Amino acid sequence: MIRVSKNPTVDTAAKLVAVAIGMFAFVFVVMVPLYDVLCDALGINGKTDGSQYTSVPVAIDDSRTVTVQFVATNNEGMPWEFGPSVTAMKVHPGAVNDTVFFARNPLSKDMVAQAIPSISPARAVKYFHKTECFCFNQQPLEANAKAEMPLQFIIDQDLPKDIQTITLSYTIFDVTDAVSGSLAAR
Amino acid sequence: MGDHHHGPAQGLSRWLFTTNHKDIGTMYLWFSFAMFILGGAFAMIIRAELFQPGMQLVEPAFFNQMTTLHGLIMVFGAIMPSFVGLANWMIPMMIGAPDMALPRMNNWSFWILPPAFLILASTLFMEGGAPAFGWTFYAPLSTTYAPPSVTYFIFSIHVLGLSSIMGSINIIATVMNMRAPGMTYMKMPLFVWTWLITAFLLVAVMPVLAGAVTMMLMDIHFGTSFFSAAGGGDPVLFQHVFWFFGHPEVYIIILPAFGVVSQIIPAFSRKPLFGYASMVYATAAIAFLSFIVWAHHMYTVGMPIAGELFFMYATMLIAVPTGVKVFNWITTMWRGSMSFETPMLFSIGFLVLFTIGGFTGLMLSIAPADFQYHDSYFVVAHFHYVMVAGAVFSMTAAVYYWLPKWCGRMYNETMGKTHFWISFIGFNVTFFPQHFVGLAGMPRRIPDYALQFADFNMMSSIGAFIYGASQIMFLYNVIATIVAGKPTSDEKVWDGAEGLEWTVATPAPYHTFETPPAVR
Repeated sequence: MIRVSKNPTVDTAAKLVAVAIGMFAFVFVVMVPLYDVLCDALGINGKTDGSQYTSVPVAIDDSRTVTVQFVATNNEGMPWEFGPSVTAMKVHPGAVNDTVFFARNPLSKDMVAQAIPSISPARAVKYFHKTECFCFNQQPLEANAKAEMPLQFIIDQDLPKDIQTITLSYTIFDVTDAVSGSLAAR
Repeated sequence: MGDHHHGPAQGLSRWLFTTNHKDIGTMYLWFSFAMFILGGAFAMIIRAELFQPGMQLVEPAFFNQMTTLHGLIMVFGAIMPSFVGLANWMIPMMIGAPDMALPRMNNWSFWILPPAFLILASTLFMEGGAPAFGWTFYAPLSTTYAPPSVTYFIFSIHVLGLSSIMGSINIIATVMNMRAPGMTYMKMPLFVWTWLITAFLLVAVMPVLAGAVTMMLMDIHFGTSFFSAAGGGDPVLFQHVFWFFGHPEVYIIILPAFGVVSQIIPAFSRKPLFGYASMVYATAAIAFLSFIVWAHHMYTVGMPIAGELFFMYATMLIAVPTGVKVFNWITTMWRGSMSFETPMLFSIGFLVLFTIGGFTGLMLSIAPADFQYHDSYFVVAHFHYVMVAGAVFSMTAAVYYWLPKWCGRMYNETMGKTHFWISFIGFNVTFFPQHFVGLAGMPRRIPDYALQFADFNMMSSIGAFIYGASQIMFLYNVIATIVAGKPTSDEKVWDGAEGLEWTVATPAPYHTFETPPAVR
């Protein structure tokens, strides 16, 4: 056993202080990153990873058709008009699919938005690959401006056979203040 | 003993600068009682508003501030400091030590508490009002939608957390280093054992709570996004961090209560505690399990089925060591020559009502069933059975049990028994109907409710007023005892009581065990 001090009381107290500091650090160094890692690995929350998928060319599985539904939600207080151009697509696993979401900033001030995706069922998350998505970046929109925001995705051929419908939901957040006034963005 | 001991200093400075474990214990006990009255007053406002359906007395926003402050003050201001006070008073006397191991830190850990709660209570008078997001302060209610006073709330949580950590380090250092010769670990009274384990829990999880509020602070003021989905964070992360602290926290509250009844039941059964070693191991097992069950508070957030099952089975497992404890207490009473003085009444009340709370806890642990119970009054009933009838009843028992030793005067037994029966009836009238309204669908933390819940809520409110009033009788009894109780100088106030604390003079001298006692 390591001794910090010859005085046993000081020794015990010093070790316990170290434990307390260690547990405080544990929250930031272990719990937070571990939560993100677990969510990514297990697809909890239907979170897709925020990075681009580099596609491997593979055969298109024409024998199966998967319905992909699109849902758009405005976070509380977000005034933009925001939605998918089509609400559902029928796609084959392995094929590259394109669609667009539209957005309009109705206010007379420039704004920045961030869309956060979520996929249901959660089991489908790791089979849903986005090669291009407006959610990878923040979306600035000038006052009264409109935009079409592209989305390109591939459904993996390994998608379990029992999944016939995948719902991709986007919630759009107003991050104007955070962008203009932020000290640090994670 | 005590040939040359000097008495306490005079006047206010005695209390400000004291390093005496008995003085500090006394201050902790009085402070926690003051917080108990304050938190109780908030509860009375809650029950008065819920006396009838519709909005009567307070605005919904103020109602939410009341539920929040009631929870925070009862957990952090009343129950936890009361047991720390008891630990300060009793642990050195139980293990034959002259004082706590770190007396100056002991002074600090008490004296930073009142400012912390002053800050918390002062948020009531701030613009935007006090925190209104519940004692669990889930993000984003406590970040994006919080009133400006949330920063003061965060600071007060930091300070009281620091106080708890310092207090626990002191207790561990005392128990590990200051035991009288011959006082081996497995000879320690169970109250000391439960506190030793509780103190380890506190050192492990209070920093996690500090981490949670620090993340809130950073999200609110420094532009981070730990809990904000827009910036890539996740509000559910808050719940995980909070309950990683929060579940051990509920055992932090109940384990010392287990320790208290494990002292009292043998004394009034006139038999040694049945299954001492199994009690120690059961306590340690409960403490260990408390770290791996936190997500049973959040079955409805959308976990994978494997997660729900893991947390469900792990939670149910806790019933095993807890059952060991309950059966050991019952077996201790079995064929004992029992008598029913007030401390024993409160201990038996604890045993019966805590077991009911434990059973509703088992119901809540069943993941599929929990979807109905979640955030309903059933949960409110459950945790009041374990917090009030568990922790508060055992704390009350402790005060009646050791008060004669502390002040050398006997309390009024008739008034004590009356206090017990009024408390017992008032408590059950308050909280038993809440099981029914909860199962029927009444959500917690709402200022108004559907008409079909009216009768049970009125019963609840009447019970709450009775229970609240009985605490005034308790306060009166304690003060009357200190001022004018029947003097006693018996070292053993209770003929069945065992332990080193009963070998010192009554009232307990300012300094005890300056020379260590011989422990066989």
